[in-house]
Amino acid sequence: MRNNINRRMFLKLSGFGGVVFASGLGRPAWGSGTAAQDDFYFVQLSDSHWGFTGPKVNPDAAGTLKKAVAAVNGLEYQPDFVVFTGDLTHTTDDPKERRRRMAEFRDIIAALRVKQVRFLPGENDASLDGGEAYREFFGASHYTFDHKGIHFIALDNVSDPRAMIGDAQLQWLRKDLQQLNRGAPIVVLAHRPLFDLYPEWDWATRDGREVIALLMPFRNVTVFYGHIHQENHHMTGHIAHHSANSLIFPLPAPGSQPKRAPIPWDAAHPYRGLGFRSIEAEAQKKRYEITEWPVGKG
Amino acid sequence: MHPTAHKGFIVAALLVATLAACWGTFSMADGAPRVIPVTARKFKYTPQVITLKKGVPVVLELISLDRLHGFNAPGLGIRADVMPGQTARVHILPQKTGTFPFHCDNFCGSGHQNMTGEIIVVD
Repeated sequence: MRNNINRRMFLKLSGFGGVVFASGLGRPAWGSGTAAQDDFYFVQLSDSHWGFTGPKVNPDAAGTLKKAVAAVNGLEYQPDFVVFTGDLTHTTDDPKERRRRMAEFRDIIAALRVKQVRFLPGENDASLDGGEAYREFFGASHYTFDHKGIHFIALDNVSDPRAMIGDAQLQWLRKDLQQLNRGAPIVVLAHRPLFDLYPEWDWATRDGREVIALLMPFRNVTVFYGHIHQENHHMTGHIAHHSANSLIFPLPAPGSQPKRAPIPWDAAHPYRGLGFRSIEAEAQKKRYEITEWPVGKG
Repeated sequence: MHPTAHKGFIVAALLVATLAACWGTFSMADGAPRVIPVTARKFKYTPQVITLKKGVPVVLELISLDRLHGFNAPGLGIRADVMPGQTARVHILPQKTGTFPFHCDNFCGSGHQNMTGEIIVVD
């Protein structure tokens, strides 16, 4: 593993705009009664790959997303919103089948108690048709929104199969950032890593460096992404990048083995490595608390 | 063999060798290194293993037989988009021996992650 950092080191590095990690054994701190008025939390789910079949890596492929929905619904205090950071569905060459999977995904997550749900495309959803089906079902593939003092930027680094943001979106981002002061808290959401995590396994965004260059003048930027089916915490300068676990199968640590093959299902520890996270945002302190939650008993 | 005939044979052999060497020299001097055709299709390159000689320049001629693919060998610092109907030419002058994996870096479908190969550079 290169350029990766463990949690202890990360806490030292992150400083202002830092992150505290926890495991999902209790309830989000938002419910503890200690949070300030503008504090809130949201939930990140990623890489559900609805439509995937592969009993050796997940014999419950048709049930895992539903379990995750039930687990989010079971949180004692509901988040302000939920975001899915891409690969909602598993890829298919058949446009009709792609739309069928997206419709099924949409129906399943309609059971979420939280009604503010945001989406990003992954390459499995969008790379084979330039994001056409994705936009039909889930709307724009890149957008911004503001929530309780934090500016959120959702980027699309997958609709171009070359894993590029592209000039038009970069220009759009440049224009959006011009409206912000340099101390504004910014959360960037994306599917692929924006930095070269491990290009040998296609874990990169080809023009991600340009995005990071645009973000670098801003002091409080945090990126949440998916794609690599595991937690990873990385700093590019003062910008923190946190990848999320998957809801279908875990992948090995970057470069830890010759091939990027899914980690086989462990019957002794079902659902191990799968899960979602809650992110508590303390807007005034520009601080985030990440809690990882299992999808089932692992 | 008659001595004269023997001498003639040696001269002829030297001439052939000289011409062959000259052809090789001219070939290199003309900037015409060996060309290796590589095809890409879901989800395989042909050939999947390419053996090169250190210090000997080659050109990979890459073409796709179906949809957009990529060819990325990070260890050699080379990449190209591989499209149907268009030949992408990648010039390589291997400077070090070893095995250098390459992979498709343009998402191409359900077997995309398995679309890999190796360039082996020998002395």
